Amino acid sequence: MTRSKLILAALAGLVIAGSASAAGGAKHPHGPEGGFPFEGPFGRFEDESVQRGYQVYREVCASCHSMKLMHYRNLGEPGGPFYDPEYPNANDNPLVKAFAAQDEILSSQPNDVGDYEYRPARPSDPFKSPYPNDAAARAANGGALPPDLSVITKARHGGADYIYDLMLGYPDPGEISDDGEIEFREDYHGTLTQAPGQYYNPYMEGDTIPAWEGDPRHAPPGGFLAMAPQLMDGRVTYMDGTEATKEQMAYDVAQFLAWAGEPKQTNRKSAGLAVMAYLLIFAGLLWFSYKRIWRNVSH
Amino acid sequence: MSGHESTYEPKTGFEKWLDTRLPLPRLVHDSFVDFPTPKNLNYWYTFGGILSIFLVIQIVTGIVLAMHYTADVDHAFASVERIMRDVPYGWLLRYVHANGASFFFLAVYVHMFRGLYYGSYKAPREVLWILGCIIFLLMVATAFLGYMLPWGQMSLHGANVIVNLFGAIPLVGEGIKTWLLGGPSIGNATLQRFFSLHYLLPFVIAGVVILHVWALHVPGNNNPTGVEVKDTRKDTVPFHPYYTVKDGFAIVVFLLIFAAFVFYMPNVLGHADNYVEADPLVTPAHIVPEWYLLPFYAILRAITFDIGPIDAKLLGVIAMFAAIAVLFVVPWLDTSRVKSMRYRPVARQFFFGFVAACLLLGWVGASNPDDPIIPLGSDKLVVEYSDENGLAAARTFEVYDEAAAFRDGLGEEAGASMAVQKAPAFTFLHLGQILTLYYFAYFLVILPLLGLRERPDEEPDSIHKSVLAREPSAGTPIAQPAE
Repeated sequence: MTRSKLILAALAGLVIAGSASAAGGAKHPHGPEGGFPFEGPFGRFEDESVQRGYQVYREVCASCHSMKLMHYRNLGEPGGPFYDPEYPNANDNPLVKAFAAQDEILSSQPNDVGDYEYRPARPSDPFKSPYPNDAAARAANGGALPPDLSVITKARHGGADYIYDLMLGYPDPGEISDDGEIEFREDYHGTLTQAPGQYYNPYMEGDTIPAWEGDPRHAPPGGFLAMAPQLMDGRVTYMDGTEATKEQMAYDVAQFLAWAGEPKQTNRKSAGLAVMAYLLIFAGLLWFSYKRIWRNVSH
Repeated sequence: MSGHESTYEPKTGFEKWLDTRLPLPRLVHDSFVDFPTPKNLNYWYTFGGILSIFLVIQIVTGIVLAMHYTADVDHAFASVERIMRDVPYGWLLRYVHANGASFFFLAVYVHMFRGLYYGSYKAPREVLWILGCIIFLLMVATAFLGYMLPWGQMSLHGANVIVNLFGAIPLVGEGIKTWLLGGPSIGNATLQRFFSLHYLLPFVIAGVVILHVWALHVPGNNNPTGVEVKDTRKDTVPFHPYYTVKDGFAIVVFLLIFAAFVFYMPNVLGHADNYVEADPLVTPAHIVPEWYLLPFYAILRAITFDIGPIDAKLLGVIAMFAAIAVLFVVPWLDTSRVKSMRYRPVARQFFFGFVAACLLLGWVGASNPDDPIIPLGSDKLVVEYSDENGLAAARTFEVYDEAAAFRDGLGEEAGASMAVQKAPAFTFLHLGQILTLYYFAYFLVILPLLGLRERPDEEPDSIHKSVLAREPSAGTPIAQPAE
């Protein structure tokens, strides 16, 4: 049987090596140094960071990106960034009510005379979308549709790490000429040209070869997206006084989106701990029962 | 086991009354309590129990999920996320169900490899094996139908690839495709019928499982020696408590691994693209099925050549279905009279090769067929241009600077362009073709010929003697009832 184990181990190695080499395309996201606090079996969201991330979303992302699966009440539900034990029903949470009331939305119910009118949002409403429909969103963004961000961290390889690296991955404005040309001198040699309204990012899935003046066998990784770099130092003024460096904002918004993608993640991990402990003890008891029941039977 | 006398004794008045009318307690007692089971079953034999637990898990979670799911192309994606967010413990139900499918397949593959290794398909267990193959086929269908329901990008485009395969069937293909989809392309009608059938098939599986257990209990279990039970007293132990506790332990250990996925990495077995709502106008870069169907996908894509009047696409479809169909006739392909590969040293090597081929086919199925595994040489640059006579010409270069200098020296009218010429390589396609060949050769050539030609090792006289030979110092050889 040792031989079969060796074969299996060799296969496993081969598969891992293969999947690593097959990645290619975009640069592999690594996320912030030290990772995110919600990673790992015992990881938890850092509420202050998720709160700041919500502010970044509202003041920066929300002007183009919808989050149709999110409701204002989610912010104040257990596990949410603005949860307050005094208000177990998030619809009563004054902070959440205030956030909602800042947005005017078109009511989904007709009024007494059958008209749909604008009103301040309530905690039970979904997040206000920046555009009435996809066609309007495309028209306002040069034909590109800004993706809905509700589950974006689950819909991209690398999750929150990808968001963090994408936000910070754009080349410095100083490296780009007025014609949109980017010189590469170190790992790659050549010039990449950004078309108007297109922005190069090494973490974006895509193909750089058509825009690459240089050896096509060694074109830089990544692709182009229609979103200009959004985060520059001081773009938002954090309510809690934290300095809004672009790294801080990327970190906060990535964590907010990771929470929004799976608001029940904390519940999942804490339930998991109890389940694992239960199963482990159960397995132990069964093992000793097995040993005892079979003790007189050679098998 | 047939011929084994019932030891059930109704104790209460009610049991006696029921025993003469519907002897259900007697059936349960004789099947799962005092059922004589070979005492040498190892942990590979616990996967049947594991599978029955997973069938129950899938049905129970599935029924509750169906209460909250909306089978409508405009609402399906959001309704799945609503389950994850707003239904109490909905995230648990959905992750258990999604990962449960993966672990169901993991267990069934182990169960099938175990059957192939110990010759569990041989007489008198051919019907048992065929029923198992039917269950597997139903599982594949159920999983395929279920993968459509979250209405993500991979749901739509994966289903599209598979349903289009039916279009390859001559004459009736297009008709079958339209009939399956309920229209010219995947739409609301497709989603609703897939949901309906996804709810139906698990109960069909449950029915076939009952037949499978029945067919098991007539000849009784096979065992690692492949030698049939000769003396019930010496060779077997009652199923309860001996195997309830051993299976129970294995089930809980398997659930422990399962729970690690459900609670700590619920999405690693899925594909990120399936969290993007389905859009028929945007095709994902790489369409791949779930991991458990990758080997069959690799076989489908391995056929890239026509044979006579049959084109490659149809041939690929035939090969993919043949890969499952061939399992049904394994009992008649294997000519060896020795059941267990424990005593077939040569066959054993081919078997491990077969397991390796299946795993590697999975790897091939997940990869782009044209990607190189072993490059033979390096990529070159080709400058294509029109020469002074206006004819198409090309020059090949190793070094970029030389190619660029040549291109730039040609002048406007040449219309020169540079492209990469891929070096010849041993690609995933080639590996997939070799492995596909081995997959079919294992069943159609190796098993039939080897049984006639090989010289197997000597089998033990009985289960009891084989156990004693393995554990000479063990205690009393005959089973004692537990306290």
